Amino acid sequence: MDPIYLDHAATTPIDPEVLDVMADTYKNVIGNPSSIHSFGRQARRIIDDARDTIAKYIGAESREIVFTSGGTEGDNMAIIGAALASRKFGKHIITTKVEHHGVFRTCEYLESLGFDVDYLDVDRTGRISVDDLKKKLRDDTILVTIMYGNNEVGTIQPIQDIAHLLASHQALFHTDAVQAFGTEDMDVKDTPIDLLSMTGHKIGGPKGIGFLYIREGVSLTTMTHGGEQERKRRAGTQNVPAIAGLGRAVELVRDRQPERIGRYLEERRTLLDTLDAEHVGYRVNGNPDHFLPQILNLYFPGTNIETLLTKLDLAGVAVSSGSACTAGSVEPSHVLTAMFGQDAPETRSSVRISFGSGLRLEQIKEAGNVIAQSVRELVGIGQD
Amino acid sequence: MSGGVDSSVAALLLKQKGYDVIGIFMKNWDDTDENGVCTATEDYEDVVRVANQIGIPYYAVNFEKQYWDRVFSYFLAEYKAGRTPNPDVMCNKEIKFKAFLDHALSLGADYVATGHYARTERREGKTLMIRAADQNKDQTYFLNQLSQEQISRVLFPLGDLEKPQVRAIAREHHLATAGKKDSTGICFIGERNFKEFLSHYLPACRGEIRTIDGELKGYHDGLMYYTNGQRQGLGIGGPGGPWFVCGKDVKRNILYVAPGADHPALYSQGLIAEKVNWISGAPEKNVFHCTAKFRYRQKDRPVTVHVRPDNRLEVVFDQPEWAITPGQAVVFYQNEICLGGATIGTILNQGTDAAIDFVDSAPL
Repeated sequence: MDPIYLDHAATTPIDPEVLDVMADTYKNVIGNPSSIHSFGRQARRIIDDARDTIAKYIGAESREIVFTSGGTEGDNMAIIGAALASRKFGKHIITTKVEHHGVFRTCEYLESLGFDVDYLDVDRTGRISVDDLKKKLRDDTILVTIMYGNNEVGTIQPIQDIAHLLASHQALFHTDAVQAFGTEDMDVKDTPIDLLSMTGHKIGGPKGIGFLYIREGVSLTTMTHGGEQERKRRAGTQNVPAIAGLGRAVELVRDRQPERIGRYLEERRTLLDTLDAEHVGYRVNGNPDHFLPQILNLYFPGTNIETLLTKLDLAGVAVSSGSACTAGSVEPSHVLTAMFGQDAPETRSSVRISFGSGLRLEQIKEAGNVIAQSVRELVGIGQD
Repeated sequence: MSGGVDSSVAALLLKQKGYDVIGIFMKNWDDTDENGVCTATEDYEDVVRVANQIGIPYYAVNFEKQYWDRVFSYFLAEYKAGRTPNPDVMCNKEIKFKAFLDHALSLGADYVATGHYARTERREGKTLMIRAADQNKDQTYFLNQLSQEQISRVLFPLGDLEKPQVRAIAREHHLATAGKKDSTGICFIGERNFKEFLSHYLPACRGEIRTIDGELKGYHDGLMYYTNGQRQGLGIGGPGGPWFVCGKDVKRNILYVAPGADHPALYSQGLIAEKVNWISGAPEKNVFHCTAKFRYRQKDRPVTVHVRPDNRLEVVFDQPEWAITPGQAVVFYQNEICLGGATIGTILNQGTDAAIDFVDSAPL
């Protein structure tokens, strides 16, 4: 059996159309977009076109889009930049216990600089409560950073409500939209978001490129120092072919969004039906109403995650769990811990399955059978 | 795979023989420092590089909890009891060839292979543990607590090789670990200061140092920091030395020292050992002659073993032995075969005043 890739939330295969645009750009565009000769202008045109496409898609102005190397850089730039620039208005920041490490660790870093960070609890479905946020808001709150959709369990946060709540407060609102981008409609005109970060490689785009949306008038302290690219907000020569690829990837998700969502839901249904037919015990971790269709997090009681992941990989099914530690072993997921509590069995026995548009339904069934078989073999083996 | 040269070459050799090899790294200890640096990270990086060079999948598994419960707790309990534990023996018994073996079997493996220098052989329906070809590197001492069930599932691809050959194979195949230094010391302490490490976990209780004749010589920092035969770090001088640790009175917290390496208090005629394991079944006779090691890399010594009704062993030495250490393993050999081993409990020393609770230790 050919290995089946069910880890699209980690990264997606690049769309061939994106690759074509990038290859063309690599071959035909040699200039530096900051140069003032014809070669430079040609390159500049390409990144401006991509910027326009992206801005339009999220209801922003082109000048509000800054290209980054991806989600983590966007998160750092937004959170550290906003915190340092707003220091005079306060030092209080609010985030959640289920953020991606790109946000989580950045907030911890700010704590080490003397900022005061509150980490909001989530319910058992992974959602925060807006009331809770309201209670935590203080006069000296300068930044609220809450992810759009969770990368492990797919739970979508009440972004509209949060944004509207904060519209009348001095605090800036940043959202890490890395995982939600492309399946959720996001319009920063309707929803008053100040900062939004995303990355290309989760939507069929290239790795190493993303953007940060910075609402006009929001000031960030710059982290990188050098040239005056990106309106002085991100120094360094732009990665022109990757930006061209990102632009194309955004066009593709824009044009195919409803089909893609339908496809993910179909794949999801197929997998769950296969498990049901096999009578495997499982529970879905996440929110039944507010979820990203491409992410399915399943708890298999009585299994050990490291053994299950290894077994599945050896059987040709690529899925994942929370996050690996630097020594390769699987750490209990902070997201599942926030949802179910310290040492809850869900934190040790859950896997994330994430779908993509290139999969055949037979593959999903095959994967479901392999998962069922592996879980059956593991349940009951003593895991102390 | 530990990220060292031995397990790297073991994996390579099996792959060359046509086995379907999977590399697994065990994380047993978290020593992440304030800068986020953890030795397991570096070792795992080496596993990744080597596994990719060989062309095998690699995974990691976390046994920190099991290691803490079954190895580290024992390690501390033994120090508390005034003995000098051997965590490597316990780690092999409880982690590498138990938790890890179970993990591998649950993944569908037929065997677990390690980079240990040892050999196994099937003879008359039993699996025997045989010393490695490289007598200098032979690690059967550390494997003495393994059972039939365990070793019948184990491959030791390096058993017939000399260490320099292993390095040469690694170099020939440009393995990332070819030039890596062998690890030294206890895995979870590494190169750090042992005394300081231990002080984080056990209260150090200062007490008297007395000569074997009862004379007060000075003060020690805590009995757990001293081992029989130790000469360095006692902080006592004066006439009559050099002084060697020859015993502990754990109840009264006294460290005993003897003047000169040849002092009879440092020698013993035998020992009582407990927690006995026979790798290929119990010996046929209750009294038999064989050879034994009391520490790793020591030359074999001829001994007579008496299997007592309480399942302990009384081991009588052909010649008196110097600085036998309670808590360490005594491992028995019949020529090339490693018969098994036990934990050294009490030392039998006819020349010592019985009034001093000399190197005795309560059974675990």
